[in-house]
Amino acid sequence: MSYELIGISVLWLFLYGYLIVASIDFGAGFFAFYARLTKRDHLINRLISRYLSPVWEITNVFFVFFYIGMVGFFPDTAYYYGSGLLVPGSIAVILLAIRGSFYAFENYGSKNNIVYLFLYGATGLLIPASLSVALTLSEGGFISEQGETVSLDYWGLFTDPLSWSIVGLAIVSVLFISGSFLAFYASRAEDHSALKLMRSYALFWSTPTIIIALTAFIYLGQHNERHFQNMMDLWWLLALSVGFFMTAMWLLYGGRRYGLAFICIMLQFFCAFFAYGIGQYPYILDPYITIQSSVTSPSMGFALVVVFIGGMCLLIPSLILVFRLFLFDADYVKGMK
Amino acid sequence: MDVDTVLWSRLVTGMTLGFHVIFATLGVGIPLMIAIAEFIGIRKKDHHYTLMAKRWSRGFVISVAVGVVTGTAISLQLALVWPNFMKLAGNVIALPLFMEVFAFFFEAIFLGIYLYTWDRFKNRYIHWLLTIPIVAGAGMSAVFITTVNGFMNQPGGFTMEGGQFTAVDPVQAMLNTATFSKVFHVLSSAYLTSAALLAGIAAFTMLRKGVSGYHKKALKLMMGVVLVFGLLNTSTGDLSAKFLAEHQPEKLAAAEWHFETESGADLILLGWLNAEHEVIGALHLPKFLSFLAFGDFNAEVTGLNEYPLDEQPPLLVHYLFDLMAGIGFALLGISLLYFLFVFWKKRNELNKWLLRVIALGAPLAFLGVELGWFYAEIGRQPWIIRGYMRVEEAATTSPSVRILFFLFLLLYIVLGAVFVLVLRRLFNNNPAEAEMEKWMQHAGDNTTEKGEHER
Repeated sequence: MSYELIGISVLWLFLYGYLIVASIDFGAGFFAFYARLTKRDHLINRLISRYLSPVWEITNVFFVFFYIGMVGFFPDTAYYYGSGLLVPGSIAVILLAIRGSFYAFENYGSKNNIVYLFLYGATGLLIPASLSVALTLSEGGFISEQGETVSLDYWGLFTDPLSWSIVGLAIVSVLFISGSFLAFYASRAEDHSALKLMRSYALFWSTPTIIIALTAFIYLGQHNERHFQNMMDLWWLLALSVGFFMTAMWLLYGGRRYGLAFICIMLQFFCAFFAYGIGQYPYILDPYITIQSSVTSPSMGFALVVVFIGGMCLLIPSLILVFRLFLFDADYVKGMK
Repeated sequence: MDVDTVLWSRLVTGMTLGFHVIFATLGVGIPLMIAIAEFIGIRKKDHHYTLMAKRWSRGFVISVAVGVVTGTAISLQLALVWPNFMKLAGNVIALPLFMEVFAFFFEAIFLGIYLYTWDRFKNRYIHWLLTIPIVAGAGMSAVFITTVNGFMNQPGGFTMEGGQFTAVDPVQAMLNTATFSKVFHVLSSAYLTSAALLAGIAAFTMLRKGVSGYHKKALKLMMGVVLVFGLLNTSTGDLSAKFLAEHQPEKLAAAEWHFETESGADLILLGWLNAEHEVIGALHLPKFLSFLAFGDFNAEVTGLNEYPLDEQPPLLVHYLFDLMAGIGFALLGISLLYFLFVFWKKRNELNKWLLRVIALGAPLAFLGVELGWFYAEIGRQPWIIRGYMRVEEAATTSPSVRILFFLFLLLYIVLGAVFVLVLRRLFNNNPAEAEMEKWMQHAGDNTTEKGEHER
């Protein structure tokens, strides 16, 4: 396997990891705020903060990891995406900054401030929306290069149904993933009132998720024929994704095996996300950047893979430790530690 | 190319880094102080020190939050504001950037565990052991990111071919000639600054609320650290000057307003320049620059006039350099004075004037860090990769960068203000003495402690 293929697979895996952990985090912010508005915050706030407080920084690192790795393996991406994304990227940075710091301020400093909670909830939906712009750009047609200048076609971006359906998909899947995770966490904590609420949120957001996913898929077909065809060739992955979705719905609806339901949802997104990624191959940015054309030098590729393996040897045991201490320690989850 | 967007790009990056470096310094330095305090607390069975570790770590998380988000901002800005730079240099600096993320990841994981497991382990040393990956992770991320900065000053580990870096050796690029002196100076100044801050807080509290056992111990402990790292910091600073003299003479020459190459060069302190570039009103230390640069009073020091005009750094850096070095020596002097008073029985080391000076040392230390970084970065102008890429070739061409400057400025003002407010609320409403009392009341009763680190 060549370095560029290893590189893009690893990065895609990390982006998927970020998708899951960040969705839990972003959705939790929205649910916390919404529950406060509807005066049900006493049911779930403690649950949310018990899981999120020890791991919020880790979530952030997943993201940094992804794009530093991206620039490392494929330096050309910095040029095109960097130039094109100056404004949406900076907005995402500002939102991330507001969210991260205000979350910490609220959680470790002054408590129960409605302004912080609002910022926490609002950014939870705006960040996925602003980050998903990068996915839309990769389909091509929005970035143009004239001589030395790379520019972004904002009007095209704002009027294209594809970009809006991707934004919509990002937001509803965040709420769906987060809702089902928190339902699972509540069931572990044996917190029945929180479980009831989170289960209803998860069930509610499942329908828009699947509808918008189909809509986005159709618009993708109109925008980028090649990508659409490639994904159709991977129909079995998409079918698997739908299958996992059905299983998860069945489990959630039946109100049991919440852990298994969440795993099914993770697999649902895994299949869809990889079908999307493999379908885009070999392009990173249609038509300017392909994986082969932009890859870094072999010696750097080798060094990055070595560091990656070494880093994983450190990280995986540490992550297991975190999960054992905070996620699978029944006493901690129930609030006894 | 539009000069304006280049200037705005510079300003955005300078502002973000200037803001980030405050929290980055704390992020590197404070964990060591927490580790020392907790260790002494367990060792001496003195609850004051354990309380120190707890209170510092509580304040630390808040500063980490700001450090993390501004760090995320700067790492994204690298590609957003300097796309051409990342396209060219990404081939060479990806490795340290990647390693930095790993170090940061490592630190983040263990910081989360540390904060939420104060009472989970029977053996208290196990909890203390968690500080080691935090201190190491924080230190290593500083090391890796400094190698990137070292590379921008002393590029190496590649050959230039048709505007592209080829035959890249990433390890050699990391271990460039600038890395060694830079890394040690950055680390020692981070530890020095953090200790000066904590000592300053203790002194300030005693000035306002009177002497207390807790703050007395905190002051003494931190002044000890200031002394050790003050000494280390001056020696690493000296190392950096010697490095500059050998490898980046134009930076040193600009800092010292040393125009003509000569042997036995004078060290010039402060002063100003007239229109003919003559130094007026400065303090001259004869032959000291040669000594500083090469350890030999008669060595030849390269002057700025050897360089073409458009490759000379701005002469303003002279003041940045002088003030930074002055602050470094002042901090060392303060800690020496403090221990002189401690050991000289007739004097009270807690007298008001000394406490005031120590309290002043905290903001001075941060000013020193800022000045040092501004000197290092402005002294490298006009290059972004010295000798290979000029700043104006690297910047984005998008005019939106001007609006972004104001957006980020607003963000940092808000973040800074809320940061101060939250810290004040966290500590002013809950003085150490009161917390100690509450804590001692519940000592032995294991269940009460738990509520503290939850919401």
